[in-house]
Amino acid sequence: MRSAIDRVRAGREAVGAWWQRAPRGVRWAVLGAVIVFFYALPNKEFYQYLGPIPTTGSNFGQVLFTISIYVLLAVGLNIVVGYAGLLDLGYFGFFAVGAYTVAVLTSPVSDLNTQWPWLVALPFALIITMVSGVLLGMPTLRLRGDYLAIVTLGFAEMIRLAATSSEFLRGQRGFNQIPHPPGRYADGTPVFGVLDPRPYYWLVLTLIILVLIGVRNLSRSRVGRAWVAIREDEDAAQLMGVPTFKFKLWAFAIGALIGGLAGALFAGKQNFVNSQNFELLNSIIILAAVIFGGSGNLVGAITGGALVAYLVERLRGVELFGWELYEFRFMFFGAVLIIMMIFRPQGLIPNRRRAAEFADRRREVTVGG
Amino acid sequence: MDINGLFSNFGELTTTGLTQGAIYALVALGYTLVYGVLRLINFAHSEVFITGAFFAVWTWQFLWGLNQDSTVSGLVAVGCLVSAMVVAALASATIASVVEMVAYRPLRKRHAPPLAFLITAIGASIVISEAYAILTRRRPTGMPTLVSTDPLIHIGGVPISAADLLIVASALIMMIILDIFINRSRIGRGIRAVAQDANTAALMGINKDRIILLVFLTGGLMAGIAGVLFNVRIGVLTYSVGFLMGIKAFTAAVLGGIGNLRGALLGGLLLGVTENYASGLFGTQWKDFTAFAVLVVLLMFRPTGLLGESLGRVRA
Repeated sequence: MRSAIDRVRAGREAVGAWWQRAPRGVRWAVLGAVIVFFYALPNKEFYQYLGPIPTTGSNFGQVLFTISIYVLLAVGLNIVVGYAGLLDLGYFGFFAVGAYTVAVLTSPVSDLNTQWPWLVALPFALIITMVSGVLLGMPTLRLRGDYLAIVTLGFAEMIRLAATSSEFLRGQRGFNQIPHPPGRYADGTPVFGVLDPRPYYWLVLTLIILVLIGVRNLSRSRVGRAWVAIREDEDAAQLMGVPTFKFKLWAFAIGALIGGLAGALFAGKQNFVNSQNFELLNSIIILAAVIFGGSGNLVGAITGGALVAYLVERLRGVELFGWELYEFRFMFFGAVLIIMMIFRPQGLIPNRRRAAEFADRRREVTVGG
Repeated sequence: MDINGLFSNFGELTTTGLTQGAIYALVALGYTLVYGVLRLINFAHSEVFITGAFFAVWTWQFLWGLNQDSTVSGLVAVGCLVSAMVVAALASATIASVVEMVAYRPLRKRHAPPLAFLITAIGASIVISEAYAILTRRRPTGMPTLVSTDPLIHIGGVPISAADLLIVASALIMMIILDIFINRSRIGRGIRAVAQDANTAALMGINKDRIILLVFLTGGLMAGIAGVLFNVRIGVLTYSVGFLMGIKAFTAAVLGGIGNLRGALLGGLLLGVTENYASGLFGTQWKDFTAFAVLVVLLMFRPTGLLGESLGRVRA
């Protein structure tokens, strides 16, 4: 058992070392191959050769779309939790704000009755979620870590309860007939239709790549270094002249922006939004995804988001000893959170710096333990 | 806004608020005790509470052979209540200790950062509530009627039921016992010492881990009793009620001053009354929203609560 783990570890380190040493051209080629693989994935002609990977209980293209939305959310939450070290338990609230803004602006049943096309509503959704991130952050970011977590949770629940109870947001009845994204093929059939989920997946995949480029550059800039400094020791960062409040606010706003983007895409695909889409458990699943994958590491967050969303769908329709495994999905995530925090708090694919922080703390001396 | 609705039902809203508040207060004690000693928000405490509630129902179902249509009274009802309280309190205390030993103690040994505790707590909370979800097939469980919720006496025209009296009285008695236990007993002194300065207390020969376990146990006992009282009041139990109760009890704890035992009582009653007035004013669908709003506003503007944070601790 031990030696198996060691072998896996050695293998991973060898891959990491190879990647570090590989010439630039090889790296681009590998990256290109990975991207092509993911674009090709939803085509039946391609995935039928992948053995047990495609899901049995549901349409694989649809599953891939769900996974891509989770990946986008995980990348966004990774900024807040992984880079800046702020525990946000209400991240799904921003997803809700994005989805509802699109719904209110585009749906014919909304009281505003604007009925804009999806693409026009999108920038508004992004601006409004970003503003809501700043509005939430301004009063709350002065709180210490655990209280911040509870306030963000309270905020997300307030959005959900308001959506359930208020006339304007239409509660359980929700908004229907939300338009799809624009675009037509040469023969006049719309690209983003009702039946085929693949175009939506490709759209989200493209946006994920763009977001990743942005986030990667940001994390290597002054802003990213400030986030890491705040995560490691906020007081020290402040003393070194980092305007901590400003950068925490930025982390919140950019995280919210990405969450809002995911929400807007979801609304455009789903065509229908009601208050049941935004249960608290979703926020927790995304948090589990980021921590599972490795918070503070982009590849880790992507892996976590994809794995968690994929496992949920893969479990659907699978039985073990007469138990439907899908029933146990949430329990499984809860257990993942506990086990990861105890045995591998840095996640599957850790950020080297973050792992060092955890290792450092372990060596502290206990009194009377 | 319905000002008339508030004033015409003022008495009833107040009694409802006080009974609900008494239950919040009992659950809030668990948050407050753990926070006072470990400075940790035990997010899984809501599931300690529903553990009590479920074991109470199961006691009635399997030990007494009652179902949701049965009504009992007299000595049998007393027997049902007492046995359920014992079973529920023990079950809750056990779950609370298991959570401490599985989810928190390993992290303490590894000097994990504070947020790691919150994350494992959420994990534990989901695991437990999902276990009940799977056991009950996500369906609500009905209760036998043990204590009548019909008006028993009228005070100033306000109807008060036997259930209301039972809930408030039991909650108060439990609190008084707890207060004496913490302030007078030898173990209570140990708890206060660890709360004040854990490392110094350990150097003075107090077994820190044992005291921490005891604190979780005590909080669990209170939550178990709260679970029984909740069943008496509401009459239906679903696996997911823990979350809302947990958030409200936590709000109550913060409102009174987290880490402050008497503050938990004050906060619980105050929150119960406030949310019932709000539901009279804006409609019942806004009741839970009010609780969250109180929580958010409170944490932003007065995180130390009304009575201040203390469990033998003088804070910087």
